[in-house]
Amino acid sequence: MSVVEKSQPNFASDQEVRWCPGCGDFAILSQMKKIMPTLGVKPENVAFVSGIGCSSRFPYYLETYGMHGIHGRAPAIATGLKRMRPDLQVWVVTGDGDALSIGCTHLLHALRRNVDIKILLFNNRIYGLTKGQFSPTTPPGLVTSSTPGGTAHEPLHPLSIALASNATFVARSVDTNARHLGDVLRRAAAHRGAAFVEIYQNCHIFNDGAFDHAKDAAVREDHTVELVHGQPLVFGKERNKGIRLVGTDLEVVELDNGRSAGDLLVHDEASQTSAIAQMLAGMEHPRMPEVLGVLRDIDLPTHNDLMPDDTVSVAARADKINQLLETGETWTVGG
Amino acid sequence: MNECQQVEPVVRGSAQNAHSVVVRFAGDSGDGMQVAGSQVAVTSALMGNDIATFPDFPAEIRAPKGTPAGVSGFQVHFASSDVLTPGDQVDVLVAMNPAALKVNLDAVKPHGTIIVDVDAFDRKGLRLAKYENNPIEDGSLGEYQVVEAPITSQTRAAVAEAGVGHKIATRCRNFFAMGIVYWLYGRDLDATIRFIDTRFSEEVAQADKLALTSGWNFGETTEAFERSYVVPPAKPKPGTYRNVTGNEALAFGLVTAAYLSGKELFYSAYPITPASDILHKLSRFSECGVRTFQAEDEIAAICSAIGASFGGALGVTGSSGPGIALKTEALGYAVMLELPLVVINVQRGGPSTGLPTKVEQADLFQAVMGRNGEAPMPVLAASGPSDCFETVIEAWRIATKLMTPVMVLSDAFTANGAEPWNYPDIRTLEPISIDHPKAMTHGEPFMPYERDEWLARPWALPGTEGLTHRIGGIEKQNGSGAISYDPQNHETMVNLRAQKVKNARDLMTSLEMEGERSGELLIVSWGGMRGTCREAVKRARGEGKSVSHIHLRHLNPFPKDLGDLLRDFKQVIVAELNSGQLLQLLRAEYLVDASGLNKVRGQPFRIDDIAAQIDTSLEEKN
Ligand SMILES: Cc1ncc(C[n+]2csc(CCOP(=O)(O)OP(=O)(O)O)c2C)c(N)n1
Ligand code: SF4
Repeated sequence: MSVVEKSQPNFASDQEVRWCPGCGDFAILSQMKKIMPTLGVKPENVAFVSGIGCSSRFPYYLETYGMHGIHGRAPAIATGLKRMRPDLQVWVVTGDGDALSIGCTHLLHALRRNVDIKILLFNNRIYGLTKGQFSPTTPPGLVTSSTPGGTAHEPLHPLSIALASNATFVARSVDTNARHLGDVLRRAAAHRGAAFVEIYQNCHIFNDGAFDHAKDAAVREDHTVELVHGQPLVFGKERNKGIRLVGTDLEVVELDNGRSAGDLLVHDEASQTSAIAQMLAGMEHPRMPEVLGVLRDIDLPTHNDLMPDDTVSVAARADKINQLLETGETWTVGG
Repeated sequence: MNECQQVEPVVRGSAQNAHSVVVRFAGDSGDGMQVAGSQVAVTSALMGNDIATFPDFPAEIRAPKGTPAGVSGFQVHFASSDVLTPGDQVDVLVAMNPAALKVNLDAVKPHGTIIVDVDAFDRKGLRLAKYENNPIEDGSLGEYQVVEAPITSQTRAAVAEAGVGHKIATRCRNFFAMGIVYWLYGRDLDATIRFIDTRFSEEVAQADKLALTSGWNFGETTEAFERSYVVPPAKPKPGTYRNVTGNEALAFGLVTAAYLSGKELFYSAYPITPASDILHKLSRFSECGVRTFQAEDEIAAICSAIGASFGGALGVTGSSGPGIALKTEALGYAVMLELPLVVINVQRGGPSTGLPTKVEQADLFQAVMGRNGEAPMPVLAASGPSDCFETVIEAWRIATKLMTPVMVLSDAFTANGAEPWNYPDIRTLEPISIDHPKAMTHGEPFMPYERDEWLARPWALPGTEGLTHRIGGIEKQNGSGAISYDPQNHETMVNLRAQKVKNARDLMTSLEMEGERSGELLIVSWGGMRGTCREAVKRARGEGKSVSHIHLRHLNPFPKDLGDLLRDFKQVIVAELNSGQLLQLLRAEYLVDASGLNKVRGQPFRIDDIAAQIDTSLEEKN
């Protein structure tokens, strides 16, 4: 028998993509289309679930099963779907407003329960679809449609929230960093349990340049640290800087200055406590470089693993249900 | 299983026949009144009586002891003929303390019997109940037959030999009180003894049994009762029976609907009175294909159920008014998705937190109309505890046939009340057939919004090759399911969704009716008030009055023949526990000059309420 070269399944749908030209969402979609065929899963066994927002249009553009949800509720929808269909690979696509404002509860609980779904939070630090109001991740001072005098409050940090919810997989990547994003998405897909990925996404219409420090090829290596499991935290264009743990704080050190890689913090994504991961999540530009990659990847029983699984076949159920009806006191009235 | 004919009532002395008896146990929340009442109910059912029950308890788990706020009651009606309601007024009130007497005195029939625990009528008890004088001594109970039973002291003395502590000894008081009632109405002790043996540790069980028999002996020896009674068995339809509450029947109905459609059930809920028992019950049925999910809130509950339905399961969520309010947005979403879903609302008194444990039927507008946009869905209401079983199965039939969410209404009265149920062998019930589209391998596009003769779209399951498609809350092109903002298409889709829901009329059984199909006066009821209205109309008809009764299970859409029927009566009275919601819907739909009989007190109608209305309406005619 001759080996027939089977064509790779195509994951692109026939729907017209309607983001603003230049939106970071395009880059993420294109990475997703690139990695999907390499995951060894058929399109019909994949479901994308989203909330509402520019980012949440994502499912329409992939030739898989999909549910465009209601604002903030995608993790809840996906939880029900995955519970009843453990055979499906389920992805959630959400925005910073969708996941951290209106739908924050659902995000926390999906992560806490370790539902086997992959949650991608496209963080553009702004409300895109509703035209530029501040979001829960907007930095203070930013002038937005609803804050002409600048945004007042401190933002939420998506990674910190995921870690605090005891997420078993937590990572961060950048829309236009194709290689890195592809790797992180593949890792998320391979994780068994809830995977949370924050993706820096540029909304050039309402918050352009929010992540230039992490995107711009000229500077990004000096402002970000790519985490590698088991490796010291080294960064910088010249790879001459590193992150060191001093007391209860992290500090940047120059390696040429008498410090060696041996003095640096070594990344352990499998650490059972999330304490160090929380410190890494707390590293914020411009005070510190920001971490990219997988902060945490641990193995814990999933939601489905923890739920009873003693259902009998439909045929065998009739007797069981009849028995349920007969439980307790019953009596027969003769004819 | 017991053959009811074989149970001989144990009666002594000059027992008299009684046809129908209503007993209410009332005491503190912690006094075990619910156990007492439900044991009398089970025992009476086993003895062949027809029964109905009405638990009435405060929202607080342990409200201040001894005060009127903390009084918990359980009413049982047992009779030698059909029982349609828990009874308007009670023949016997058991009052475990002064507060219980104060709260329930109104419910006692003139010349009725009041059994009081005299030990509890001390200075403290009277003060907590805000009695200035002891009602037992001041002559205010003159018209009643008061039986002064030293329940607390005699219970303690009786259980001494079991060696339990003072606290447990005191907790056996409810069994002593039951013993008195069991003697009075010749109730068989066996079922309750079985209950005690399976429920409690050996020591406690012994104490409970001692209390029960001492109560019986007290009844027999006290001079206070003139006689005891026998309530002969009723003659129900042959079959096998059990008692069932509305919430139990909903749970049984859901597992059965899943079985009949070859599906697994996903039941998702956030705890709320009076719906929580459905979740409790179903969480014990995992073997029968049930997956329960206690969600983080009601929104997550319905959204996860929608996700489950998309995956091909029987997606169900249950709550009560405030929780249904939170589900509103997702209900509209389910309407847009055109996925099958069952949503249960066990109504309670509203608005807002309202009266969490009390009955009201004021969520009908919410069910029929409470969504943004044009978002119709079928609405069904159960007419009583056992009817919950069939109603929820029918809801799933409609949901899958028409690919739509369906709302099922119950209420606090139905949910907690119990009645005998001639339960089926589920293998004999009609299967619910569902066709999922098959895989398509030739590359032709799948049309997720193509419609069948019922206007339903296909329920394509994830995992099926060639049927990948996306659904969502944004308007879709009819047929292709692509996002569409086309004005004409939107109107078409709004009309299609509305017509599809109207098509539910062709799936309904015809109207269920008492009396002629035309005439002077028609009483219309819905939900848990069926029994009360039916009984009142039957009695009135027995007295030669010209009145008929219809009870509606389908509140949206209304049955086909309803309009003609309403127009064939000179007067139409719509009886409901709200300010006139069904009334408005009927008037708007049929332009009939109906009027309302309304009650919003957190209490069900009494038969007398309906009877009085029938008389007034018939007099007005003259
Ligand atoms: C219940 C509800 N409230 C408000 C909205 C309006 N709304 C749509 S998207 C959105 C915010 C989206 O921001 P984000 O999640 O950051 O996504 P982005 O558009 O930036 O991708 C809001 C407020 C809505 N659709 N539903
Ligand atoms: S508004 Fe911003 S996030 Fe939305 S599509 Fe346009 S660029 Fe993208």
